Amino acid sequence: MTPIAMDTGALVRGLYCILPEMVVIGTAILVLLADLLLPEEGKKRLCHLSVAGVAAAILSALWLGPGKIEGFSGMIVHDGMGLFFTLTILAAALLTLMMATGYSEWEGTQKGEFYALILLSTSGMLFMAEGTDLMTVFLGLETLSIPIYCLVGFHRGRMRSLEGAMKYFLLGAFSSGFFLYGIALMYAAAGTTRIPVIASMMRDARLYGNPVFLAGIGLLLVGFAFKVSLVPFHMWTPDAYEGAPTLVTAFMGAAVKAAAFAALLRVVLLTFPAILPAMSGVLWVLAALTMTVGNFSALLQNNMKRMLAYSSIAHAGYILVGLTAGGVAGGQAVLFYVLVYAFMNLGAFGVIMLVAQREDDGYDIDNFAGIGFRYPVLGGLLSLFLVSLAGIPPTAGFVGKFYLFGAAVRSGYVGLAVLGVLNSAVSVYYYLRPVVSMYMAPAPEGIPVPRPPRSAFSFALCASAAAVLLLGVMPASALEFAERSVLSLLM
Amino acid sequence: MIEPPAYLLLSAILFGIGVVGVVARRNILIILMSVEVMLNGVNVAFVAVGSYLGDATGGIFAFMVMTVAAAEAAVGLALLIALYRIRETIDITELKVLKW
Repeated sequence: MTPIAMDTGALVRGLYCILPEMVVIGTAILVLLADLLLPEEGKKRLCHLSVAGVAAAILSALWLGPGKIEGFSGMIVHDGMGLFFTLTILAAALLTLMMATGYSEWEGTQKGEFYALILLSTSGMLFMAEGTDLMTVFLGLETLSIPIYCLVGFHRGRMRSLEGAMKYFLLGAFSSGFFLYGIALMYAAAGTTRIPVIASMMRDARLYGNPVFLAGIGLLLVGFAFKVSLVPFHMWTPDAYEGAPTLVTAFMGAAVKAAAFAALLRVVLLTFPAILPAMSGVLWVLAALTMTVGNFSALLQNNMKRMLAYSSIAHAGYILVGLTAGGVAGGQAVLFYVLVYAFMNLGAFGVIMLVAQREDDGYDIDNFAGIGFRYPVLGGLLSLFLVSLAGIPPTAGFVGKFYLFGAAVRSGYVGLAVLGVLNSAVSVYYYLRPVVSMYMAPAPEGIPVPRPPRSAFSFALCASAAAVLLLGVMPASALEFAERSVLSLLM
Repeated sequence: MIEPPAYLLLSAILFGIGVVGVVARRNILIILMSVEVMLNGVNVAFVAVGSYLGDATGGIFAFMVMTVAAAEAAVGLALLIALYRIRETIDITELKVLKW
């Protein structure tokens, strides 16, 4: 056997293509090293270092631009869609780390490993969003999940945190098994794990008529459904979201969802058109179930974190409506909504992090009574984010939903769109409940004063609020960017 | 030489044993072991298909799966120990602080 010649040019091109990922991983390693050297009172520098690293990664992603760069012989590709999701994920990570300045101080997560885990998980998300081979997607998925399991259980003295982590871990590992078995069966039938190659083979009736291949796609879909918490694979979501440190909950809702939907979008848009009739039926049912179960379960919650967890399930359902619609319009709507959801979710969690004093029982809706007039800025911000989550104009949530359901109608899924609108109407009830409580209910005596936010924390909240309003009033450029990104994938 | 379908059958059986173990058992340690059985079932399929096609992807994938399984086991056992320190039990039905 002759030794394989090392192609230096290809290696350099590959490394160039994963520049943002490398910056993020390098920052994580630096943070761990700095953690050893810094004295106890200098630990908050770690957070600043992480923020700087993520900012550098955003710059490097912008520097790479939307042009298509393939790396590692087609295992990973930096294209328009990759850029869109890279920026979304990095923006979510940046806002999370900015909020961490305050959160770590209050909750004692001022530790190197906390930031390093967030950064490593971010790198996994980036790999997942840009993977064009099922192997890269799988490795990205695990690189993002394993740090998240640790982060959910980070308060290891708190039973809730540990319990949430354990449930998330068990179901996550279980679902990885399905995900992998799906890949193995697709590999057995198609002989490759390259997504574009599989997509080009789909025109061959022998492949998509092959039961092994169909079983593989089904199992892969189950694996994805666990990760983006589609009903009936959503059981872990409320527990993991409620148990996790609130900062981690916010990060999970915004960034993990974006990464998983990026990979799902790549698989669905490229390979499903050939087997559309069968698959769109499955996606239709999943979307309808996810929206309905998510919204109706959220109605019953009294804990803000748990309510937002069910709401995140419902939002996964809305995004799935766009995926079901498919095509350029559907893809564009999905991309835009993932971006918008990241901002409104992080913003909402940021405000309730300030209001709730204690990690375990501070999140009851009653705790928010009377906040509205006493702390007008906090009340106003939380109302804005909740209104946007409910999808009321002039916020970004409205525009996002409008495009999702519009794409569904254009592709002929009128029933699904109607169901989505009805679900949004239901969701208004539970989103406005905290708002009503904030402004209408009298403040009980002796409610704790919200924490004084740090400047970076306030900046993160204001940036999220500005993004929600701007994307709601002037969505054109973001929508155009999303459309170009989807076109770059389908070309 | 044994044909791939036989190996695929073996991998399906292993995977099925793992799934049943995860669903039916209450001991978290056994559940973790069942997940490993599932992943090894997947590995059998990868290696068999890869060697049948003369393609390196299958073998490489199996290595990746093993690496990830090791990382997952490390995190899972760490969580299990932390849980045992608080609760002194590793019965999954005892995890009921969070509900509805």
